[in-house]
Amino acid sequence: MITLRDITKRYHMGEFEVHALRGVSLDIHDGDFVAIMGPSGSGKSTLMNVLGCLDVPTSGSYLLDGIEVAGMSEDELATVRNRKIGFVFQSFNLLPRMSAIEQVELPLSYARTPNRRQLSMAALESVGLGQRMFHKPAELSGGQQQRVAIARALVTQPSMILADEPTGNLDTQASEEIMGLFTRLNEQGITVIFVTHEPEIAAHTRRILTIRDGLVQSDRANTPVRPEQPDDVTVRTHTHAAAPSANGAAAATPAVSGSPSHDR
Amino acid sequence: MIGESLQIALRALTANKLRTALTMLGIIIGVGAVIALLAIGQGASAAVESRFSALGTNTIYVVPGQQNTGGVRSAAGSAQTLSLDDAEALAAAQLPAVVAIAPERTFFGQIIVSGVNTNARIAGTTPAYQDVISFYPASGEFFTDQQVEEKALVAVLGQTTATNLFADSDPIGQTIRINAGGGASVNLRVIGVMQPKGGTGFTNRDDQVLVPITTALAKLQNARTATGAQQIQQIDVKARSSNDVNLAVEQVTAFMTERLRNPDAFQVRNVQDQIDAQKEASDTLTILLGAIAGISLVVGGIGIMNIMIVSVTERTREIGIRKAVGAKQKDILLQFLMEALVVSVFGGLLGIGAGIGTSYLVEGQSLNGQEIQTVIAPASIVLAFGVSAAIGLFFGIYPASRAARLNPIEALRYE
Ligand SMILES: Nc1ncnc2c1ncn2[C@@H]1O[C@H](COP(=O)(O)OP(=O)(O)OP(=O)(O)O)[C@@H](O)[C@H]1O
Ligand SMILES: [Mg+2]
Repeated sequence: MITLRDITKRYHMGEFEVHALRGVSLDIHDGDFVAIMGPSGSGKSTLMNVLGCLDVPTSGSYLLDGIEVAGMSEDELATVRNRKIGFVFQSFNLLPRMSAIEQVELPLSYARTPNRRQLSMAALESVGLGQRMFHKPAELSGGQQQRVAIARALVTQPSMILADEPTGNLDTQASEEIMGLFTRLNEQGITVIFVTHEPEIAAHTRRILTIRDGLVQSDRANTPVRPEQPDDVTVRTHTHAAAPSANGAAAATPAVSGSPSHDR
Repeated sequence: MIGESLQIALRALTANKLRTALTMLGIIIGVGAVIALLAIGQGASAAVESRFSALGTNTIYVVPGQQNTGGVRSAAGSAQTLSLDDAEALAAAQLPAVVAIAPERTFFGQIIVSGVNTNARIAGTTPAYQDVISFYPASGEFFTDQQVEEKALVAVLGQTTATNLFADSDPIGQTIRINAGGGASVNLRVIGVMQPKGGTGFTNRDDQVLVPITTALAKLQNARTATGAQQIQQIDVKARSSNDVNLAVEQVTAFMTERLRNPDAFQVRNVQDQIDAQKEASDTLTILLGAIAGISLVVGGIGIMNIMIVSVTERTREIGIRKAVGAKQKDILLQFLMEALVVSVFGGLLGIGAGIGTSYLVEGQSLNGQEIQTVIAPASIVLAFGVSAAIGLFFGIYPASRAARLNPIEALRYE
């Protein structure tokens, strides 16, 4: 459960001050599936970084599961990132010299978790990369690299996955695969929030937030494009009532494999 | 956690082998230099010690004082004031703390054996010389008081001189011709070869020809003091025991002052003072060498810091990624510190090998005519290793903490 109140973020550029966020207030419930859209420079990445505890707001309050994050120390934020959040980047951000399995083990090693190898293998298998565990990023396609990054994000079993333009560097086919993964993860109860410029990618979600000039311009419910499971579609309003139906359905939904086919 | 950081460090270091090797080289040279130079310095101290103790620590030397002409003072021993008569009077005085006395007249001359010329030191003395410095013939015999009296044409060779002149053949009974300059030239019969004594350079007693002092003065180098007496350069005095050295010095000084009526005409020295002075000089040398080597170690450390700063800058994005997935400041700090430590500790170990190797290589080589002796003290190995590890820590901590403090977002954005 995320509660943002009057979040602002200012950057100092020499004599200039850039107001990247001008007072964002919003709530995101557990199990939400949110797309953030908006023009370039509107503050989407800034918002994601604040949500992902990678950056701290200049002012405002950020409650994550009822705990104030805004005043946390760097190391406390590191723990939050490690335990509660999985972050996926547009440019994958994998370490060039490590094999896929080692990339996925990384967050576990900082959490000092035992059976890292086993958990990481399971995570890679769940994103359909069971056969590519010992490949280095250079030996993987863009879509596969992004799936390694997603495995790395979910291996610690976070309550939410944040992705800043996860499909921005991918072709349509790979983008669909990634969206299929996100949909499945959301069905398993994980909150998924991502930024995209493409309406057809946003169409997979249940909620679309539009940011403009550092403010929330619109926040509307969406009917997810999920041809495989038409029954599961739940229309939600931005009053953010809890969505037991979504989670309830997820429990009964078998995991979808990496590449769903969509009719659009 | 340490094991994991070590793994990460090794991986990063092996990814850039040439750079790692060059960085390590700085530490290897630094540690190697510290060990080798300290070994040489300590070898020099040990050499001084052994050279002088070979002379016997209860030996005292009476040498002429400084010459004083027109207010210009020259080196001790340069005055021509000591005579054979003084030595005989000192012996006759039978000072209680003194057991034996021998005069010495030393000079360099040409020695001709079966047409081959060599230069050697020739020392005129008396049979008491043997007891004064505990130095006896290994074969043949020393000349007797009788032979001194008769100015006999006999010689006793030092071990090294005997080998130089006669190689493997027996020198005893052979004739050597000594050419002392100024036309003086005599044939001497070899009657003995001394046992090896050790010592190097000017105090090397193995490389000399001993002749009766009377023979030396009458037939080879007829030098006179200002009063017309037969001039000698040194009187060797043996104290009753090493505890009596100071007492003997006092008694000899009192006697000589009384006799020469001029306390500046002579000086009395004992071996221990000389050892101390020389040791002080060689200890200073050791410290100096160590300091120079220490500087190269510090330079090596700065090399580590330099490379670590480059490494942190290059891997800014990696740091960002690690932080994004939950690395804390201390995780990053440890990772980079470990890298610096691995370089310095491995470099230190290799440097110890290099230092010991160099010490063995230079051992026995001659430098300016002096044979280099090395002594590798375990303490210097421990010191060099400790210092290199400390250097890794010291010079690693700044780049590592710079890495640890990076803001994750800025680090991720770094290209
Ligand atoms: N580190 C920074 N220093 C200074 N200004 C920044 C910094 N990061 C972002 N900004 C500014 O803040 C504003 C919002 O940037 P942000 O990256 O959040 O936009 P965005 O919506 O993600 O854009 P895009 O769609 O192009 O990714 C922009 O004007 C940008 O120039
Ligand atoms: Mg952006």
